[in-house]
Amino acid sequence: MSTGTDPTTATDDPGEAPGGARRGVYAPSRAAISAAHLRTDRWWLAPAATAAGLLAFIVYSTWRALANADYYAAPYVSPFYSPCLAENCEPMKGGPNWALFGDWWGLSPAVIILIFPLGFRLTCYYYRKAYYRGFWASPPACAVAEPHRRYTGETRFPLVLQNIHRYFFYAAVPVAVILTYDTVLGFRDEHYEWGHMGLGTLVMLVNIVLIWAYTISCHSCRHIIGGRLKHFSKHPVRYRLWGWVGRLNERHMLLAWASLVSVAVADLYVYLLATGVFDDPKLF
Amino acid sequence: MTQPERQAWDVVVVGAGGAGLRAAIEAREQGARTAVICKSLFGKAHTVMAEGGIAASMGNVNEGDNWQVHFRDTMRGGKFLNDWRMAELHAREAPDRVWELETWGALFDRTADGRISQRNFGGHEYPRLAHVGDRTGLELIRTLQQKIVSLQQEDFREFGDHEARLKVFQECTITRVLKDESRGEDGGAVSGVFAYERESGRFFVIESPAVVLATGGIGKSFKVTSNSWEYTGDGHALALLAGARLTNMEFVQFHPTGMVWPPSVKGILVTESVRGDGGVLRNSDGKRFMFDYVPDVFKDKYAKTEEEGDRWYEDADNNRRPPELLPRDEVARAINAEVKAGRGSPHGGVFLDVSTRMPAETIRRRLPSMHHQFKELADVDITAEPMEVGPTCHYVMGGVWVEPDTAQARGVTGLYAAGEVAGGMHGSNRLGGNSLSDLLVFGRRAGLHAAQYALGLGGGRPAVDPGTVDAAADEALRPFSAGAGAGEQTAGDSGENPYTLHQELQTTMNDLVGIIRRGGEMTEALQQLARLRARARRAGVEGHRQFNPGWHLALDLRNMLLVSECVARAALEREESRGGHTREDHPEMDRQWRRVNLLCRLADGGDDTPFGKEPAGDAAAGPGRGRIELVRHTTPHIRRDLLALFEKDELAKYLPDEELFQ
Amino acid sequence: MTHTAHFKVWRGDAEGGGLADYDIEVNEGEVVLDIIHRLQATQAPDLAVRWNCKAGKCGSCSAEINGRPRLLCMTRMSVFDPAETVTVTPMRAFPVMRDLVTDVSFNYTKAREVPAFVPPPELEPGEYRMMQEDVGRSQEFRKCIECFLCQDTCHVVRDHEENKPAFAGPRFLMRVAELDMHPLDAAAESGLDRKRTAQEEHGLGYCNITKCCTEVCPENIKITDNALIPLKERAADRKYDPLVWLGNKIRRRGE
Repeated sequence: MSTGTDPTTATDDPGEAPGGARRGVYAPSRAAISAAHLRTDRWWLAPAATAAGLLAFIVYSTWRALANADYYAAPYVSPFYSPCLAENCEPMKGGPNWALFGDWWGLSPAVIILIFPLGFRLTCYYYRKAYYRGFWASPPACAVAEPHRRYTGETRFPLVLQNIHRYFFYAAVPVAVILTYDTVLGFRDEHYEWGHMGLGTLVMLVNIVLIWAYTISCHSCRHIIGGRLKHFSKHPVRYRLWGWVGRLNERHMLLAWASLVSVAVADLYVYLLATGVFDDPKLF
Repeated sequence: MTQPERQAWDVVVVGAGGAGLRAAIEAREQGARTAVICKSLFGKAHTVMAEGGIAASMGNVNEGDNWQVHFRDTMRGGKFLNDWRMAELHAREAPDRVWELETWGALFDRTADGRISQRNFGGHEYPRLAHVGDRTGLELIRTLQQKIVSLQQEDFREFGDHEARLKVFQECTITRVLKDESRGEDGGAVSGVFAYERESGRFFVIESPAVVLATGGIGKSFKVTSNSWEYTGDGHALALLAGARLTNMEFVQFHPTGMVWPPSVKGILVTESVRGDGGVLRNSDGKRFMFDYVPDVFKDKYAKTEEEGDRWYEDADNNRRPPELLPRDEVARAINAEVKAGRGSPHGGVFLDVSTRMPAETIRRRLPSMHHQFKELADVDITAEPMEVGPTCHYVMGGVWVEPDTAQARGVTGLYAAGEVAGGMHGSNRLGGNSLSDLLVFGRRAGLHAAQYALGLGGGRPAVDPGTVDAAADEALRPFSAGAGAGEQTAGDSGENPYTLHQELQTTMNDLVGIIRRGGEMTEALQQLARLRARARRAGVEGHRQFNPGWHLALDLRNMLLVSECVARAALEREESRGGHTREDHPEMDRQWRRVNLLCRLADGGDDTPFGKEPAGDAAAGPGRGRIELVRHTTPHIRRDLLALFEKDELAKYLPDEELFQ
Repeated sequence: MTHTAHFKVWRGDAEGGGLADYDIEVNEGEVVLDIIHRLQATQAPDLAVRWNCKAGKCGSCSAEINGRPRLLCMTRMSVFDPAETVTVTPMRAFPVMRDLVTDVSFNYTKAREVPAFVPPPELEPGEYRMMQEDVGRSQEFRKCIECFLCQDTCHVVRDHEENKPAFAGPRFLMRVAELDMHPLDAAAESGLDRKRTAQEEHGLGYCNITKCCTEVCPENIKITDNALIPLKERAADRKYDPLVWLGNKIRRRGE
């Protein structure tokens, strides 16, 4: 129908077609091409690498979070266990262990606090893209047909809950503040003397910078800081902040991966110290 | 033959570019049921290619600007050949047309105090062009398109049908304006149009007493052009065939800066904003050669030194503008001369450089689509190296001879023309930025008067004669039976290849009626056009009527050949050089030609189709026996109060003595 | 610098069709559209293709080249190995009409479903004052040339025809964002909540921000980051943020 702009949508619903074979790009109205896609590049590489990277982190972090051991090597605390909110925490002098949960908590104390960064990353707009593509194949890559029979996106439970991303952002900020506090504590030596710095301090410093950069570059943060305004000209300070956050936001993916790796590295570093594999090299 | 489907509308607008959409909006708002017919998809019109801006003397950047200054610039740019009434209306109404776009959602670039920003352009005394980066045409089309959608949404609320009062027939082509010879002026009155759907090849007729032509230009008759495939002069030809006359067809604007490399993009436009924002032209010696090409009439208005020209960008009130910003015809001729003198760039152009004039960041912000275009198409980073540019066929000043106030084609009741297809407004040369404002000002006027005429007719509308519908259908189907004689197509002989004919036509026009013209070459061009015309009668196509581009081209060839003949014939006749018409054998501007308009009309027997009588003898008999004949028309004196806007000295350069001392 | 390239071009119509093979000359500096035109002029005069400006400004020549949604006029032949087969098909999210031409009326239907700009009633033409920083966001979206490649690549409708009635697609969700960010749009005053309707009427929730629209955009508009995600956040303001809801309630009472 070329003469007008009449809708010709969904005259017959291919998802409902007998046998259910003629959906999407195979729908009877579309150009008859038998291949699911005609891409000749290595389109599968990105989702595969994403899935592999995320899986590796999940395996590592699950093991470490449930281990409930080797997460403190004075003066460093693993970011997985900070703040430590149960009575079964290792004592850390001046450290973020407040036994808010009392003595009934028998599991690893990491579980209490990891909910928040986990939720923050799980609902993050970048990670959503990563795992929708990498794990769900929805879609596996652009213009590559997805294998699902139906698709409702984020319109229904549970995925409609992705909309609460901003609450996890609110929660991620105090966590990042506490990790900053941990980093400050890292300027002590193993005898809690101030004014020292080791390789571990450096690791924690890099980690906290990346954590902050990732947190600040969050799309919800960009929205709250200025994106929701209609007139930037009436809020010059927020406009400027929005601009800065926007520039960080362009690198949100990079920061998401960098901070994921740095958290794991920081934890691993503490683990290696705590298990006595080596001693923290002193800088001063 | 079965008669094609018929529909009745109050106003038909042919073309969905800036002028067509503005006309349709106006007609619909006047209460007329309006149909828009366009060859492409809705929103793809050639207007999107306009880059620089819309000229309107809003005075947002320099308060000295007003409509009188704009009028003066327009007349100077057109070397006083302009229809002064059109130039006056245009200059007076342009600001309102721009402001109204804002109420429809347009977002122009802003000044520091929140008004519409305006930029400098060639030939304009003050910064005058409302713009959005370098994609102003896109903004214009999108705004008009969205306004049409909003009117359709209104109709949907009222009638439950989006298309109750305003419908866009996209991807359809008009091949004939139909007339009722018993009505109207001696040229008859319009009764409708004959069209086909490009997708299905199906014919249909729209009965309508008012037809607005807004089909744009003719650039596809030239080889190197910035125009898209749609620019086949359809409206020009439809008007001719409907009995209207075309004026000023010898004036074809060659934009000075088109891409010259790689070959596949040769001709694509490089916006004048590049120069308006500080870009300079250099030859292979690195010299800013434009200082050598300032003609006498402009001597005291342009900078004499590079230093003064450069100061002008910062302080326009106390310095004169650099000669890179001369009107387009001057710059195009200068580039042509430099290349001919052996001082061109490697690919036959000259260098246009912004990289040494502005920081890279500024270039990317102010000229984003130029940056993108060169990066993607030529692998050139304009922030780091100069562009290579050369003249490209860009715009036809000539067009349908219309009444200035109503945009009605003179002599044909019910036919209107607006935008590039209308003639007169720009005289011998159009200033950059005056095109988009022309579309809006005269698009609105055409829509207004077409609607008033159609609604004023009441029930007694001109009738569509079934005989002419049959003739139009025969004509449109001819390519399928060409080459095989009496309507039978044989496998081996499908006639002339329309693509080949088109290429030969483009070469002929480009080489023989191009930027620099000579009497002998144009005579030769007319002979070649006659031969091409004879061959085009045998242009044949294979396949079927569904979306068949070969067939579409075969039909468009008729229009291109007619229009090309107008250009060549008028150019041969006008023995002077002025604006977009440069004669090597008559290099001077001649004041006596100022008041002469050359009108083209269809000669007796010129309609060699099932409509007209077959011409006696061989159609290829030579230039004297073409399909177009010329009529000289003396234009009315310029109104006194408008003349008073100019210095006497300046007028003496353009006007013959009897006009000066009238 | 001339070589012969092997092309596969989809020929056919709604009834059926397939990839046809062509060997065709390619010269330096050419784009895929040049090759399609050469095919028309020499081997396949009835090969249907849409195109207009040939400079990436009109968005007519959208198709899929080696399986990726692209503009034919902005895809240079030099990006392919001379020995490589170049496969050109119509866009696969829309009904095919003939050869490379598809029926894109879905997009025009969706365009009509987005309520137009609402002019502020108190301002006359010429009285509009807007600051550059306030129009910048919407201006980015107005760069859109409506090539509909984003609509083509979006799996929500590409792979699920049944979602078409409910989902406006990236181009028109971006249009909603453009209007919601327009500094003078008076929709809210007229009782139209664009943030809410984005989700309830235009199917914003279907978008799972997998960014294919941004990847294919020939104008490099950051559709996902600058239009869709901000729109999701704005919808969240309305529906999922009691703090904002409470704040608005109190402020409204205060007025």
